[in-house]
Amino acid sequence: MLAFIIRRIFQAFLVMVVVALIAFLMFRYVGDPVNQMVGIETTPAEREALRERLGLNDTALVQFARYIWNAIQLNFGTSYQFKQPVAQMIGDRMPATLELAFVSAVFAMVVGVPMGVYTGLKRDSWLSKVFMSVSLAGISLPTFLIGILLIFLFAVNLKWLPSFGRGDGIVQLGFWSTGLLSWDGLKALILPSITLGLFQMTLIMRLVRSEMLEVMRTDYIKFARARGLTRRAINFGHALKNTLVPVITITGLQLGAIIAFAIITETVFQWPGMGLLFLQAVQNVDIPIMAAYLLLIAFLFVTINLIVDLLYVVVDPRIRITGRSM
Amino acid sequence: MLKRVMLAAASVAFLASPVAAKTLNYAFQGALRGLDPYSLNETFTLGTLGNVYEGLTKRGPDLKIIPGLATSWEVVEPTRWRFHLRKGVKFHNGNPFTADDVVFSADRVRSKESDLKTRIGADVKAVKVDDHTVDFILTKPNPILHYEWDSWYIMDKEWSEEHNTVQVTSASDENPNYASLHANGTGPFKVTKHETNVQTTFEENKDWWDAANKHHNLDTVVYKPISNDATRVGALLSGDMDMVYPVPVQDIARVNANNGTSALTGPELRTIFLGMDQFRDELLYSNVKGKNPFKDVRVRKAFYQAINIEAIKTKIMRGLSAPSALMISPFLFSRSGEFERMPYDPKAAKALLTEAGYPDGFEVGMDCPNDRYVNDEAICQAVVSFLAKIGVKVNLNAQPKAKYFAKVLPSGGYDTSFYLLGWTPGSLDSWNVLSNLMNCRDAKGKGSPFNLGGYCNKMVDQLTDEILGENDPTKRDGLIAKAFKLAFDDVNHIPLHQQGLAWGVSDNITVKQRADNQFMFYYVMKK
Repeated sequence: MLAFIIRRIFQAFLVMVVVALIAFLMFRYVGDPVNQMVGIETTPAEREALRERLGLNDTALVQFARYIWNAIQLNFGTSYQFKQPVAQMIGDRMPATLELAFVSAVFAMVVGVPMGVYTGLKRDSWLSKVFMSVSLAGISLPTFLIGILLIFLFAVNLKWLPSFGRGDGIVQLGFWSTGLLSWDGLKALILPSITLGLFQMTLIMRLVRSEMLEVMRTDYIKFARARGLTRRAINFGHALKNTLVPVITITGLQLGAIIAFAIITETVFQWPGMGLLFLQAVQNVDIPIMAAYLLLIAFLFVTINLIVDLLYVVVDPRIRITGRSM
Repeated sequence: MLKRVMLAAASVAFLASPVAAKTLNYAFQGALRGLDPYSLNETFTLGTLGNVYEGLTKRGPDLKIIPGLATSWEVVEPTRWRFHLRKGVKFHNGNPFTADDVVFSADRVRSKESDLKTRIGADVKAVKVDDHTVDFILTKPNPILHYEWDSWYIMDKEWSEEHNTVQVTSASDENPNYASLHANGTGPFKVTKHETNVQTTFEENKDWWDAANKHHNLDTVVYKPISNDATRVGALLSGDMDMVYPVPVQDIARVNANNGTSALTGPELRTIFLGMDQFRDELLYSNVKGKNPFKDVRVRKAFYQAINIEAIKTKIMRGLSAPSALMISPFLFSRSGEFERMPYDPKAAKALLTEAGYPDGFEVGMDCPNDRYVNDEAICQAVVSFLAKIGVKVNLNAQPKAKYFAKVLPSGGYDTSFYLLGWTPGSLDSWNVLSNLMNCRDAKGKGSPFNLGGYCNKMVDQLTDEILGENDPTKRDGLIAKAFKLAFDDVNHIPLHQQGLAWGVSDNITVKQRADNQFMFYYVMKK
């Protein structure tokens, strides 16, 4: 087990270096950062001097080496647009994104799992058919469209919920800023988390449904029924637990995807998170932010995958993590 | 006695009854990059900071120059200007405004990392005469010395020294510049909270020197960036915002139709135009080998007359543009009425092309940004189809501004044959347009850096130099008209239009819209 963890950490480090290298190669093609940092009337000589000062005239290898050296010391440089330390900017925005991702994931689980169980157990009921049709919408409509539709329905027409942002009720707890402790903040969380979680919820619902259908046909369920166990004990105590392995895998991977790709939802709702920062960094060729964000996401995926693998043992005792097979 | 006391108490109670604090909420599509007034030469940053900081001069809602921190100025000798400073002005932190602050600001604005170096020429010296008088000593006369000083803001010397921000910060610095996160100006509003790219909160400066004549009734202003067009319009329609800008042209009708909001539109100063490579002997992106078709004025004129600018105005800009004959907005040049656009005439255009030796037209590549100007890519696509009608096949390369400017500007080696560009003269004066866009240049850009096509006419250069030193406004306008006439006859560029401004405004506020798209809180009244 320990050997497994150590080996995974080593692999993680390798993944990060490869991500950094690929990101660096890409940055040569995203456009010119200097032109985005100055006004239109700045003379060419000034732009050249700025390029020199930023070290952009050095060879790719030198720039890469300098970057890796700084990253190891957790110094991610200064943003080209805002002239502030990147680590601090990302740190300020991380709570917003993580909170949104967490609430979306909870929404997806809390709504998706029961819906999946219901449609799995009562395949032919009228309500099941409604759930399945609605879930189609969740999968086929693009995120930004869902977001804008929700804004126009709930914010512009009904005026029940705020149309953008985190609201004014953000409470600062140390380095973490949360919207969960105030009514304003919670209201602002509703539409973005539904938008972000809808795809996830549909996925979980369908997965739980198909797994339930399969598990209900297995021998041990038949024998449990024959033995006279209550329906609830069978459905939730035995069947549901066994459907959870693939659900956890998917949820784990999707959680990483939610955090990384909340970009669209954050842009639609002007949510002050890392995703919005990254998108604007791409538009304005703010390379320090782009590089730091990509490294952070790579780290996140690697960590989540490790946790997911470890959770298998907890959920399914049949799986033993041996040094060789993993 | 008791009655008197009761009466007095009642009146005090009335006076003391609280008036609801008036807060203005507004949103813009971009972010406020920082509060340092010298760090970025961009209209939005400078316009927003113009509520917090002030310059020696200001511009009113009609863009006329009015006294700011200087009450008057005179040209003592052709190379010496004297500015008399306003007395009794204090910075937000209480420090008095004196000539030392002006001299300090003149140095700071020309420091290495400042993006506003050209506000004052490098060879101009600022000299303190006494606490409320400053002289500027030039090396040669310049009648428009102060034209851009409404956005050269005066900073407090003691505050800057105290917070170690005597130099403007660079992106290669490790520590954030104190001035980009905190502001200390003399203006009608103070910054009380600034979260980069999230929100900036301003509060009224009750000790403002002109508080007695103020045109606003706001206590607090909250600015938030909303980059998504639909969300920004949604925020206005739902009432979360009192004012948003810009409103995309296709949503103007919606904002007007909605109860409680309306769209305020007007002409902007930015001129959108097409340029052609007249520098190279063979175009980089064309199937014509051995010669450059754009060097022939007949080809340039043919391109000009092939474009139906009215169709672009109605169909693409939805009426929100003003077709132009000149490369500068008619507001900024008094004799612009003497110039009229050449008529749309595709038959004449085809005839000109044939005369020039291209009866079957030719192929050329076009560069266009797709996220910089209003409907820029759509305009380029329209131009492509108009030119196809006269036999010219245009291969359009539309890119985000980060890549577009990397290609076409001097840093990219002027890598283009045919391009779309927009220009607003920062000094609101024609000399800026002539010297930046129409003078002769070398391959590196020296002489006229933003003349991407490399148009060259020595007479225009000569006139430009004369204009720079001419003090008499009538004579000066005459020289400008002459230079523009030469450029017009040469068809050095193809002007398209001035794009329009669209502000979405809630019915419970009144605002004054400035043609340079700057939003001044101190002209906003809220019900």
